[in-house]
Amino acid sequence: MKATWWKVLAVALLAYTLIAGLLADVPRLPILNETVRALYFHVSMWFSMVIMLTVGVVYSIKYLRNGRLEDDDMALEFTNGAILFGVIGIATGSLWAKFTWGAYWTNDPKLNAAAIGLLMYFAYLILRNSLTDIFQRAKISAVYSIFAYAAFIPLIFILPRLTDSLHPGNGGNPGFNAYDMDSQLRMVFYPAVIGWALLGTWVSTLRVRYRRLARKMEEKMINQ
Amino acid sequence: MLDEIIALIRKEATLEWRQKYALNGILLYVVSAVYITYLSIGVKGGTVQVPTWNALYWIIILFSAVNAVAKSFIQENQGRQLYYYMIASPEAIIISKIVYNTGLTLLLSLLGYIVFSVVLGNPVQDQPMFMLNLVLSAVGFSACLTMVSSIAGKAGNNGTLMAILSFPILIPMLLLAIQISKNAIDGLDRGVSLDKIVTLLAINGIVGATSYLLFPFLWKS
Repeated sequence: MKATWWKVLAVALLAYTLIAGLLADVPRLPILNETVRALYFHVSMWFSMVIMLTVGVVYSIKYLRNGRLEDDDMALEFTNGAILFGVIGIATGSLWAKFTWGAYWTNDPKLNAAAIGLLMYFAYLILRNSLTDIFQRAKISAVYSIFAYAAFIPLIFILPRLTDSLHPGNGGNPGFNAYDMDSQLRMVFYPAVIGWALLGTWVSTLRVRYRRLARKMEEKMINQ
Repeated sequence: MLDEIIALIRKEATLEWRQKYALNGILLYVVSAVYITYLSIGVKGGTVQVPTWNALYWIIILFSAVNAVAKSFIQENQGRQLYYYMIASPEAIIISKIVYNTGLTLLLSLLGYIVFSVVLGNPVQDQPMFMLNLVLSAVGFSACLTMVSSIAGKAGNNGTLMAILSFPILIPMLLLAIQISKNAIDGLDRGVSLDKIVTLLAINGIVGATSYLLFPFLWKS
């Protein structure tokens, strides 16, 4: 029971995000208008995704160093959680784009980077499933996950900055030079990121515990 | 270490030379692919648009490189791998494979370039820039593909796995290479491509370094 405070915090932060995110005042920005609220539900998805992927990679490195399957469970489930956030991020972004840009998908570097990132991690899941030996699977997927992470970070942080983009946050479009975040937005945005990341951690740790229990049961069955 | 790498590269080249079918096969693959493209777009004596030329060229190079490098860990059977495991360090093995595959990819790109120029015309205005771009992307492609092929090799060597694992990782390099190559074709001022070349170099560095660090873990298993 000692480890529940952060779960309470997650629920509180998310409740705050929902209420303040939908009801609080937001600055009037041209074109964006009320849709700037997507910041709390869409942009925070990507932040949580990157945070969870980083946790996954740290556990992958840990696995390579000491070969404990517990670390592999953490790496897998955090990556799974990150993929879930990525899919939600794409879906929310797509809805938002429909209302602001008029299309669900545009050829924009940020969108492409997000899609490529998801392709990478879907490939990671397929790679895992194609291996049967559990130690082999843990080791090889840890190697791929580190490799993919090393390729993914430049993809999302460097490439979009090389080209102009319609996406808020960069590009030369004056009406879209938004997210020069004022304090009003920040008040909700940072708690939202922390809240979503904690929720993701909660989901992932639950799945890790399930996984460990399942392994224990299996071992019991074999040893009977 | 250096002697070891040179010996291993020489071994790769000798093996390739002895089994010429693999090398010839991949060379013919490039030529056929270019020819199929040429026939498919149905150019009747006219020329294709520059962006189309560029995109087709790079897609063909991408697919040929994936096919050429995919065999680098398949060719060798278990017994021989065990033998290398005993006599060579994993670092020397991955470096020698990357260097050798860079040469192979470069050869493929040059051949593709020649055939492309013959059948579809050669719009490139800034040749040295185009060549530099070919060399840089050959290094990046081979570093990434060698690593991925060793991963796919552990997982039963199927071609699908090789493609799905490598494509997303290659896309940033491919996009940069296409942009630089477009600038070189249009003969733009070299300053325009400078930051892209630096980014490409940086990505090559990242991919090369991670391959070097991670390969020993794969090799041990």
